[in-house]
Amino acid sequence: MSAASSAPASAPGRESILRSVLTNPLGLVAAILLLLVVISAVFAPLIAPFAADDLQIFKINAPPGDGYLLGGDGSGRDIFSRLVYGARNTLVGALIALSVAAAIGVTAGLFAGYFGGRREVVMSWIADGLMALPALIVLLAFYQSLGSSIHVSMVIFGVMLSPGFYRLTRNLVNGVKHELYVDAARVSGLSDMRIIARHILLVIRAPVIIQVSIVAGISIVIQAGLEFLGLGDPAVPTWGGMLQDAFANMFVVPTAILWPGLAISVTVASFVLLANAIRDRLQQGNRVAAAPALPAAAPLSVGTAPTDRDVLLDIRELVVGYPTQSGWTEVVKGVSLQLRRGEVLGLVGESGSGKTQTAFAILGLLSTGGRILSGSIWFDGRDIANLPESEMQKLRGKRIAYVPQEPMSNLDPAFRIGYQLTEPMVTVLGISKAEARARALKLLARVGMPNPERTYNAYPHQISGGMAQRVLIARAISCNPDLLIADEPTTALDVTVQAEVLELLRDLQAEMNMSVVLVTHNFGVVADICHRVSVMKDGRVVETSDVKTLFADPQHDYTKMLLAAVLDDVTPRVYRPRQVKEVSA
Amino acid sequence: MLSYLSKRLLSSLVLLALVTTLTFAMVFGGADNVAQNILGDNATDQQIADLETRLGIDRPLYEQYGSWVAKALRGDLGMSWTMGESVSKILSGRLPVTLSMVILAIVIIGVVSALLGIAAAVRGGWADRIIQLISVVGFSLPNFWLGLILVVVFALNLRWLPATGYTDFLNSPSGWLASLALPVGALVLSGIASASQQVRGAMIDALRQDYVRTLRAGGIKPSSVLFRHALRNAMPAALTVLSLQFIGLLGGAAIIERVFAIPGLGSITVQAALSGDIPVLMGVVVTMIILVVIVNIAIDLANAWVNPKVRL
Repeated sequence: MSAASSAPASAPGRESILRSVLTNPLGLVAAILLLLVVISAVFAPLIAPFAADDLQIFKINAPPGDGYLLGGDGSGRDIFSRLVYGARNTLVGALIALSVAAAIGVTAGLFAGYFGGRREVVMSWIADGLMALPALIVLLAFYQSLGSSIHVSMVIFGVMLSPGFYRLTRNLVNGVKHELYVDAARVSGLSDMRIIARHILLVIRAPVIIQVSIVAGISIVIQAGLEFLGLGDPAVPTWGGMLQDAFANMFVVPTAILWPGLAISVTVASFVLLANAIRDRLQQGNRVAAAPALPAAAPLSVGTAPTDRDVLLDIRELVVGYPTQSGWTEVVKGVSLQLRRGEVLGLVGESGSGKTQTAFAILGLLSTGGRILSGSIWFDGRDIANLPESEMQKLRGKRIAYVPQEPMSNLDPAFRIGYQLTEPMVTVLGISKAEARARALKLLARVGMPNPERTYNAYPHQISGGMAQRVLIARAISCNPDLLIADEPTTALDVTVQAEVLELLRDLQAEMNMSVVLVTHNFGVVADICHRVSVMKDGRVVETSDVKTLFADPQHDYTKMLLAAVLDDVTPRVYRPRQVKEVSA
Repeated sequence: MLSYLSKRLLSSLVLLALVTTLTFAMVFGGADNVAQNILGDNATDQQIADLETRLGIDRPLYEQYGSWVAKALRGDLGMSWTMGESVSKILSGRLPVTLSMVILAIVIIGVVSALLGIAAAVRGGWADRIIQLISVVGFSLPNFWLGLILVVVFALNLRWLPATGYTDFLNSPSGWLASLALPVGALVLSGIASASQQVRGAMIDALRQDYVRTLRAGGIKPSSVLFRHALRNAMPAALTVLSLQFIGLLGGAAIIERVFAIPGLGSITVQAALSGDIPVLMGVVVTMIILVVIVNIAIDLANAWVNPKVRL
């Protein structure tokens, strides 16, 4: 029927698509209902008690009963029998529109997506043009020349629906055509046709089946609409035609509008539910599980506030977890850290060691689902580990600030830099916009912008990554925070820019006497700016000491290993140009 | 900006030319029985031939097309074959009716979808379930059937609203609203079904962005993060859906106007299609394409305003 179904039969996915539909309760119901419609369509003469056009004058608009299960219509025909026969016409019409739409759309999409270039431009333009037309109006306009056969109209409608298949297929193909396995197939000499048939059709099959269900639904509705308007062949029993008849007799028997409408709705809903069942199956992998119950109530607050007023941040036995299907997965497993006022603490470890999660926990900004399961975070004499969001919000920006890793994705692309700098100041400090603007310009100059005015008026995509990071630093310090949490602030930058940004951070820290938690995996950065270091591994702190001690006399094996790994990095291989003489000799 | 507009207008003109040509070929090519249809079965061959000459459909197709284009460029879309009026006059009388209905519908779709979509993206829970339900129900109920049910319930049984007819806004704003309440109600459900899902998806995407966390870390109020930053970034997707909705509503209006006996562009299209009034059909097609082009350009401009990266 459609190009999609010509995928290799041995493909493993086919069976699972069917199973996914049948194991989903709504999918099963939908499948059964559709099966009933198909059975009525095929065996209509056996099921229907009367012929479709069998009319009895005394049964005009008759109530249900006496052989007429659902009563008689405006001409005295049995409504139930006509419903059964109507299924046939409905399914044939939908199948026509569907086949045309899928055949044109999928084929065009495959070629446009796979070969790209000018062909794609032309096809996309045509698709855009088709989508810009109100389909029903076009079908109405063509009615006189197409004649009263609804099937011809459904062919035209199929053409008008093909852009949906086209776009879907093209996007999917664009997504996979540069996957390594497709490249590999190409390099190993497989022809384009074979690659399309074997590798690409496999990928697009499930989404196309979903689209098929949706388009079947749309076709049924539009077809019924045309018939309702009287554009069908009056001799053929159709659900839309029955609605027209019921509409004409609405003031006599208002209930007659129910049955054909229900038949249409239930059939279309079955197609939608079927599509949903397949989609659910496809998306199952990336759905977040419902949060499991918290583990046995652990004491959240351990002990009392630190007695030493010089300790700004005191994290004790912090445990952070994320829900999974089997319970909570801990990503931070009992971390304890201390940070004094004006001190810079490096938080070092390889990726996945829990440094960033610790940082987010301090800010109260764990990703969706994440929670502090136990432990405490004492900040300036107060445990903020489980502070209500509204209280946390008062601390963020004003007392605890944050500099992220990737500068470009951390500025809102839709707003000018100036707005993004002044908004926090106006919100947090309550100063006027004019005042905030003056301060923002000063800050931009302070963080080394050559032309603060221009940066102020620029959008994020108009500045470089290094500049964006300076803007983010300016924003972080704009409200004079006590604690700055910098999460790999230099990792995403060019090497030369890294040094400048680091220097800026160091100067600002000294100037404002801020405490800083610096998350990094780079010992060079640690040596440059930190006073003390905590080394993390697998969600735990394995070693904490001051910087000099750590480099001179690492205690933990893991620290030694990290340092050993770094040393290769720190002394870069010196580039010695070959002696010109030797070469020429 | 200027180059965008000129490019866009040019491509729209090409579209307009292609579609009208194609439509012309289709409808005039099939115009064999028009005279017979208009005169009825009792007409003599002589009468039919006379009428064909009068309507100009005895000429070759390209000649008819040439004269239609020449006139259309001057704003003259010809005389209706069955309604005794000029096409431009018929269209200009009916366009405001349909437009007022479609605009009211699109505003409602936009507002409701935005509220539902945002609520579902932020809270999940009940809003999420409502959206899932509406997405199935709204897609499955044909709008004309919904319209019939609304008539039976609210007009025939409860007698709250008129079953049919249209009151002009200028004559009576409240009457206008009452006459459009049921038709618009029937029109918006399917639109809300698809638009609210799109808004939800776009908002979830926007809220996942890194800058949202960073904004929150900077002490920005949640309301500002949500309605100023995330919503603005979700806007392009939502606007694109609304432009598709608008096209769908123009078609949907044809059936709905029939159900509620509203004298708009849609009901005249149906009438013209059934009676074979080709000049009116051509006029409708031209009007619809121009409408769609205007809306698409407006949406593009709105997108460019929302998203600074789009350079027009």
